[in-house]
Amino acid sequence: MKLEVNGNEVEITSEADTPLLWVLRDELGLVGTKYGCGIAQCGACTVHLEGRAIRSCVTPVSAVAGKRIQTIEGQASDQGLSPVQQAWLETDVAQCGYCQSGQIMAATALLSSNPSPNDADIDAAMAGNICRCGTYPRIRKAVHLAATLMSEEQGA
Amino acid sequence: MSEHLTTGSMSRRRFVQSSGALLFAAQCPVGLSRKAYASGAGAMMNSFVRIDPSNVITMLANNSEFGNGAYTVMSMMLAEELDVDYRSIALEAAPTTPEYYSPLFREYLTAGSVTTGSTFMPMRTAGAKARAMLLEAASRDWGVPTAELSTVDATVQHAGTGRISTYGELLEAIHRLDIQPPETVTLKDPSEFKILGKPARRYEGAGKVDGTAEFGIDLKLPGMLYGAIARPPVHSGSVVDFDATEALAMPGVVKVKAIRAGVVVLADSYWRAQKARAKLKINWDRGANDGVSSEQFYADYRALADTPGLLAEDIGDAIGALDAAEASGNVVEATYEMPLLAHATLEPMNCIAQVEGDTCTIWSGTQYQSNDQEVISRFLGIPQQNVTIHRPLMGGSFGRRSSKTADYTVEAVEAAMGELVPVQIIWSREEDIRSGHYRPLFVHKLRGSVDESGMPEAWHQVAVGQSLMQGTKHDPTYMVRGIDIYSLDGCLQEPFGVFPYGTSYQIPNHRVESHNAPKKGIVPQEWRSVGHTHTGIAYECFLDELAHKGGIDPMELRLRLTKDHARMNRVLSVLKEKCDWDKPLAPGRGRGVASRIYNISPVAQAVEVTVAENGDFTVDRVVCVVDCGFAVNPLGIEGQVEGGLAYGLGGVAFGNIDIVNGEVQQSNFHDYPVMRLPQMPKVEVHILPSDEPPTGIGEQATTPIAPAVANALFNATGRRVRRFPLSSQGFNLV
Repeated sequence: MKLEVNGNEVEITSEADTPLLWVLRDELGLVGTKYGCGIAQCGACTVHLEGRAIRSCVTPVSAVAGKRIQTIEGQASDQGLSPVQQAWLETDVAQCGYCQSGQIMAATALLSSNPSPNDADIDAAMAGNICRCGTYPRIRKAVHLAATLMSEEQGA
Repeated sequence: MSEHLTTGSMSRRRFVQSSGALLFAAQCPVGLSRKAYASGAGAMMNSFVRIDPSNVITMLANNSEFGNGAYTVMSMMLAEELDVDYRSIALEAAPTTPEYYSPLFREYLTAGSVTTGSTFMPMRTAGAKARAMLLEAASRDWGVPTAELSTVDATVQHAGTGRISTYGELLEAIHRLDIQPPETVTLKDPSEFKILGKPARRYEGAGKVDGTAEFGIDLKLPGMLYGAIARPPVHSGSVVDFDATEALAMPGVVKVKAIRAGVVVLADSYWRAQKARAKLKINWDRGANDGVSSEQFYADYRALADTPGLLAEDIGDAIGALDAAEASGNVVEATYEMPLLAHATLEPMNCIAQVEGDTCTIWSGTQYQSNDQEVISRFLGIPQQNVTIHRPLMGGSFGRRSSKTADYTVEAVEAAMGELVPVQIIWSREEDIRSGHYRPLFVHKLRGSVDESGMPEAWHQVAVGQSLMQGTKHDPTYMVRGIDIYSLDGCLQEPFGVFPYGTSYQIPNHRVESHNAPKKGIVPQEWRSVGHTHTGIAYECFLDELAHKGGIDPMELRLRLTKDHARMNRVLSVLKEKCDWDKPLAPGRGRGVASRIYNISPVAQAVEVTVAENGDFTVDRVVCVVDCGFAVNPLGIEGQVEGGLAYGLGGVAFGNIDIVNGEVQQSNFHDYPVMRLPQMPKVEVHILPSDEPPTGIGEQATTPIAPAVANALFNATGRRVRRFPLSSQGFNLV
C-alpha cells in the first residue's frame, strides 16, 4: 500500500485495518503524532488528510491509501517553523507538550479555513483536543498570534 | 492577561539564611574527575556541571520534567551563576545515585512542588563554583588578578589585555594547574540577576512544537518488542489460567505469558499486541476486592465519621463550645464527600525494560526513580546499583508517575524477563482509567459555630479516607500517632509532623480527627496537590457555610481570620481589589473565594460564575493571587497557575471514578471527562513581589479553584453542593 506522507511517497506493509496512527508511529517512525485515547476523544493523534484535520487513531490506513497526509514533522519548511509553530513557541504554550502536536495540527487546519478566527471559532475548532496540563489560555492566545503572523506573511 | 511584578530589593543573606524546611545547603560537589577529562568526554566541575573542550556545558538534572518547568528553572539557576545563556546548556537526566537524591526527600523524587525551592541553592552554587574554578584557571594561567576578570557568554575575559578564552579552552589549564572546587563561593546578589526573576520560555520548548521532543512512548530500541497487558477486571485480581491459541496465531505475535499484572502479549508492533490481546480467553481470580463499591465506601466512611477518630489537634474546647452554641442555634453541620479520581495523564503509562544477567535497564518517564530502582532490585534480587534508569520527557504526571509500588515499571521488567530484547509495555487509555492508582475517596464531617459577632467560634472536623502513606516505607515520616498528615493537609492550625505550617486561619476552638479507612478496592495515590484536593473543598466550603451563618462576607471573613498571617492576609487583600469583589453581579451570576497554603506558598482565588436555569454553568473569570516567594520564572509560574487550576476545575466539575462489584465503571475520556478548551475560564494571575526564598507553585493553584467554584455556585443559586463532582449534583460546566 502506498501513502503520501509529508510530500513523500512511502510503501507500507501494515495490515489494512491498522490505524494510521500506528503506521505513522511504528512503521514510519513518525512519533510526533501521539496516542492518547484510541477512540477519537482527545485529539493527540490529529493529522491532516488532504488538508483537513482527522483523528489518525480511528482511521484505518486502507482508507487513506494514495491520499495526501501531513503530520507535525511536515509542518516546518526550509524557511523554518510554520507560523503556527512560531506562535506556539513565542507564546510558550507547551508544558508537558504531549498534546501539542495535535493542537498545532488542529489550529493549522482551523486557520487554513478561517484565517482570522474569534475566540468562539477557536473554542469550537479546538474543543476536541485535550490538554491535561491546561495550557488552554495560551492556546487561544497562540492561535490569534498565528493568524496575525500568517496575514503578515501574506501581506509581505 | 497577567502582570509580572518585579521583585523588590532582596539580600542574598535572606536566601542563605532562610530557614524553612524547604531550602537547603548546596549539595557538596565532587572533585574534578581527571578520568573524564583525560578521556576527552569533558570535565565534571561538580555533580551538576560538565564542561567539554568544545565549550558545551551540560547540566545533570536530578528533577524530572513532566510539564512542571523543572528543566527551565534549573538551567536558569545554573546559567545565572555561570554567566551563560540558559538555552545553550545541554541537559542530561542525572543517574540514580544517592549523590543526586533530593536533599529534602533523601530520595530521587520530583514531587511536592519543591523543585524550585530545593534546587535554588544547589544549582546556583554548582554554577558559581564552576565559574570560580574557571576564573582561578585564567588568573593563574594569564598572570592577572581574578578581580580583573569577567565572565560573559561562557568565556572568561580580561579587559586589560583583551584576552578571551572559552570555558572549554580553560579546561586544559584547570587540569594542568590541578584546580579543585573551592570550599565556599559567593553567589550573586539578586540585584545582579540577569536571568532569575525574568520571564523565561520553556527550556525544552522547541522540541515540543516540531514533534521531536522524545517521550517514553516514542522510544524505539533495536529489536524491541511491544507488550499489551490484559488486566484483571478487579484491582489486585489475578490470572487463574488462559487460552492464547487465537492470539498466538495473529500476525506479529511472539509470545503470550502470565505475569502478576495480568496476561501480556508480546508482538512486533503495539497495534498487533493490542489486537491479539482482545483474542485472549482468561479466567480471573477476582481476589479480595470483588464486591467492593464506591457507594459502600461513602456509606462506611459516613458511619466512621460519626465515631471518634485519631485526634490530630484540639485547640481550646471545640466540643464544649459547639454544645453550648446549640442552644442559640448558631451551629452548622455538614458532610462533604469527594470521589475517587484518576490522573489521566495524556501520555499513558509506559516503560521499556531490558534484563540481562544480573543487570536491568529501564527507560521510563518517572518522578521517582530511586524507588523504581529499589522495587526492581528487590523484585529481581539484584543490587540496586545494577538497575540503570534512563528518564525521557513525560506527557504529564500529576502524581501518577511517583508510584510507590512502581507498578507500571516493575511489570515491564517482569514482562522482559527471559526475553533477549527490550520490551516496551504501553497502557491503553482504558487500562489507565480502569487499572490505575487513584486519589482516594474521602468523607469529611464538619460541625462549626459562630459567635455573636458572626465570626467562627468552634470547628470540629472528622476526615475519613484511605491513607496514602500508611503501611508504606513513608509511614514513619509522614504519619503522626497513626495519622497520615496528608489526610488532614491544610486542616490544622498548628504545624503537624514534617509539615511546618497549618492553615492561615485562626479559630479559637479547633478540633480535627482522622480515620484511616480500610485499605481496599484501589491503590491510593497522590493527585496534584494531594490532600488539599479533598481537604480544600471540605475546609473552604464549610468556612463559606459559617460565613453565611454569621452573616459575614466570605472575603471579609477570610481577611479577619488571617489577620495574624501576614502573607496570606496580603494575598487576600490584593485579591479583593483585583477581582472587584465589591462590584455587584447580575442575577444568575455568583462569586466565590478560597485560599490555601500548600508547601508554604499562600494562594487565593476568586471566581465568577454564570448559572443557567438548568444548572449549566460557565466559569467566566478566575483571579488568582500567589505568593511563592522570589518568582524565579514569572512566565512559568503563570503557566503553572493556569494549568493547575484547569486540572482542579476539571476534577471538581466532572472528575469521578465509580467502582461497582470491584470494577471501575469508567474507561476513557467519553465517560471520564476532563477539561476542554471551551470550558476554560479567563484567568488573571498576580504574582506578589517577595524577597522570601522561592516556594512551590506547581500544585498550589489546583487547590482553591474547587471550593471557590462551589462557593460561587452557592452565591449564585443558594444551593450548596456537598457531594462531588458538581456534575453529579446537576451543575454542568459548559
